[in-house]
Amino acid sequence: MTAQKTVKKLKVKMVSIYIMGKEYKVPEGLTIHKAMEYAGYKLVRGVGCRAGFCGACATVYRFKDDYRLYTGLACQTTVKDGMYLVILPFVPAKKPGYDIEKLKADFSSIVKLFPEVTRCVQCNTCTKVCPQEIQVMDAIQMILRGDIKSAAELSFDCIACGICSLRCPAEIIHYNLFQLVRRLNGKYLTPKSQHLVQRLKEIEEGKFDKELEKLVKMGPEKWKELYAQRVIE
Amino acid sequence: MGYPGYPEEFWDSIEKVEATRERRLKEVFKRITPEEKEKLLEKWHPDYRPEGKRALKLGPNKGDYVPNEVADILEAYPLIDPNDIDLEDIDYDVDVLIIGGGGSGAAAALWTNYSGIKAENILIATKLRFGDANTKMAQGGIQAADRPQDSPPIHFIDVIGGGHYANKPELVRILVKEAPLIIKWHEELGVMYDKDEHGNFIEIHGGGTSRKRMHAAKDYTGLEIMRVLMDEVLNREIRVIEFSPAVELIMDTSGQVAGAVLYNLETNQYYVVRAKATVLTTGGFGRLHIQEFPTTNHYGATADGLVMGYRVGTHLRDMDSVQYHPTGAAFPEQIVGQLVTEKVRGLGAQLVNIDGEQFIYPLEPRDVVAAAIIRECYGRNKGIVTVTGQRGLWLDSPMIEIIHGEGTIKRYLAAMYRQFKRFDIDITKEPMLVFPTLHYMNGGIEINEYTQALNADGEPIPGLFACGEVTGGVHGKNRLMGNSLLDINVFGRRGGINAAKHAKKAKVGKLTLKHVNVWITKLKESGIEPKRKAPIILPEYRGKRALSRSINIGF
Repeated sequence: MTAQKTVKKLKVKMVSIYIMGKEYKVPEGLTIHKAMEYAGYKLVRGVGCRAGFCGACATVYRFKDDYRLYTGLACQTTVKDGMYLVILPFVPAKKPGYDIEKLKADFSSIVKLFPEVTRCVQCNTCTKVCPQEIQVMDAIQMILRGDIKSAAELSFDCIACGICSLRCPAEIIHYNLFQLVRRLNGKYLTPKSQHLVQRLKEIEEGKFDKELEKLVKMGPEKWKELYAQRVIE
Repeated sequence: MGYPGYPEEFWDSIEKVEATRERRLKEVFKRITPEEKEKLLEKWHPDYRPEGKRALKLGPNKGDYVPNEVADILEAYPLIDPNDIDLEDIDYDVDVLIIGGGGSGAAAALWTNYSGIKAENILIATKLRFGDANTKMAQGGIQAADRPQDSPPIHFIDVIGGGHYANKPELVRILVKEAPLIIKWHEELGVMYDKDEHGNFIEIHGGGTSRKRMHAAKDYTGLEIMRVLMDEVLNREIRVIEFSPAVELIMDTSGQVAGAVLYNLETNQYYVVRAKATVLTTGGFGRLHIQEFPTTNHYGATADGLVMGYRVGTHLRDMDSVQYHPTGAAFPEQIVGQLVTEKVRGLGAQLVNIDGEQFIYPLEPRDVVAAAIIRECYGRNKGIVTVTGQRGLWLDSPMIEIIHGEGTIKRYLAAMYRQFKRFDIDITKEPMLVFPTLHYMNGGIEINEYTQALNADGEPIPGLFACGEVTGGVHGKNRLMGNSLLDINVFGRRGGINAAKHAKKAKVGKLTLKHVNVWITKLKESGIEPKRKAPIILPEYRGKRALSRSINIGF
């Protein structure tokens, strides 16, 4: 019944890829991760969720006779003939510690922790290399203008792969900086939920305790009845 | 014209999906009755295939049926020879050891610290990087009954009905009652949940919910929670040791769990950790590929915690049930098995067959929808078949843009949009092809309300705590969407608080791995051949040819 069992034998075209300069022939259409495994690599570094969410597999690649440096995630990028690639699993970066309770959601709090943000030269390299297609430089410029909310929203899809920070001539650590900016936005610049406060008060007062106790003791037959009687919003 | 991301043989069917869309917008498919549900599951859900399971030959769950792949790792020999390990030479001596660097591990670490254990006396040991875990991949949301028309008791009934009444009710009570507290904690930490301009959470339905209580952060909910918890762990300077999975628990001569042996994946050396309390937060088993299903899970999801726990006597529960997420990607080939969040259905997308017709109410619980998709593909032959033989059905995502307005997908399903766009499929205009995929370990180590791991007699194993996906009982035989992000936080928090409490008064005696030797003897007595070793740490995906030529010459 499962997919694997019904796979037909297909004729697959092979392509050449160069893993850190060494040539391997692999089937066309595989992701970089799967191609490396096909070649015999047991991945330990540079691999995580394998679905584009964790940022563990930042990869840079080039093609013969092409001066451009391309970037992508090894789990989401398909191999192409003549691809020279290396996975960069780690970016040395500072991560200043802070107590979020003691910070203010303003530019001066941010610049104290990440002073290099002011060195942005607007080269836009960060934006060009982002595998998530985030407007990275725009987010940096928003921070410089003190627009924390917009920067938090614009950087939201960041998976912290670190490629932007590797390429940045101003040596900005974008992903750690954006993390701070998002937390400041979430904590200080977004109104708090009132329903939640009310509900917590009710829970503290024990409003649901009796009913929950009854439910716990009820057993499957009664649960079934209640489940069948549910009114769906 | 046409659909550049899809092969031409799909186009006719896509046109049918488009042609029926307007009519279907007004059409509500009838909900399944309890009798129909039972019949459907029995015939089509993979859990009901007897050849997929076998009875365990030994250990606390001897005689219980579990998936063959789980039996394979439980009935396996240790990776280490206990006689090779020098337990006198301790590398890390801590109050609380947390094994696993996902969401429940991070939550446990923070609440250990909040409970008065100093950061330097806490150690998180993790297989890959800190945060490389299923938590980061959870897209859809987190449940909490915080709106006036909702309540923890209503949430309770949803959870227990979804779990087929097999849940441990005391754990469900904690889950639903402490949910609002967790959302408040996150709000204070600065998690960016989706809110309206007044600060009200934007809450929608998930499969099996009777109230709208799904809180989300776009479709990166797990990523957002994980990275905030990680940031806080790092700010508090709690120690984390990466690429060093635990391979065996250590006990002391009085019979309590007292730490673990870690293995450095890069230098191949072991580390001895002595701890007054040990918390297992190792997650689930997606990478065991139960019944050869593809999985949504991260690369390290190999159920190491079950293996280590079982050898010190933890009892497992509900291991006979496996969660297949109804909607894994079925095309393109590069992303087969990856998650298509339930939020797509939560926002109104219907599931339709090759003719563009509905066949199930889209927000039934996960096991029901998964079984219905399998029936539609294999029983009624109404699925699409791709060139690799993969079958699938349409998830009609463009409906979302019609119902909620243009731009909704890019705003609330950014990850999904991006993932398909990489392969030239625009999900705002074209449907997605889906098929069930292995998603979640419903069962696991049995725990009590204090997250203490229990033995076969229901007694706590001193010094050992467990929380998150590695545990069983909270979700019974089927977890609802949005309750795992909740689980890891609620029980991660409890794990941290209770481990801290225990560590403050515990005294650890002489360390021993005698239980591992005892286990080896039992394996031999049960006639198990010494060919399988566990925990397996990472799945084996190397190419057949490359693997067949691989030799270890120890240079």
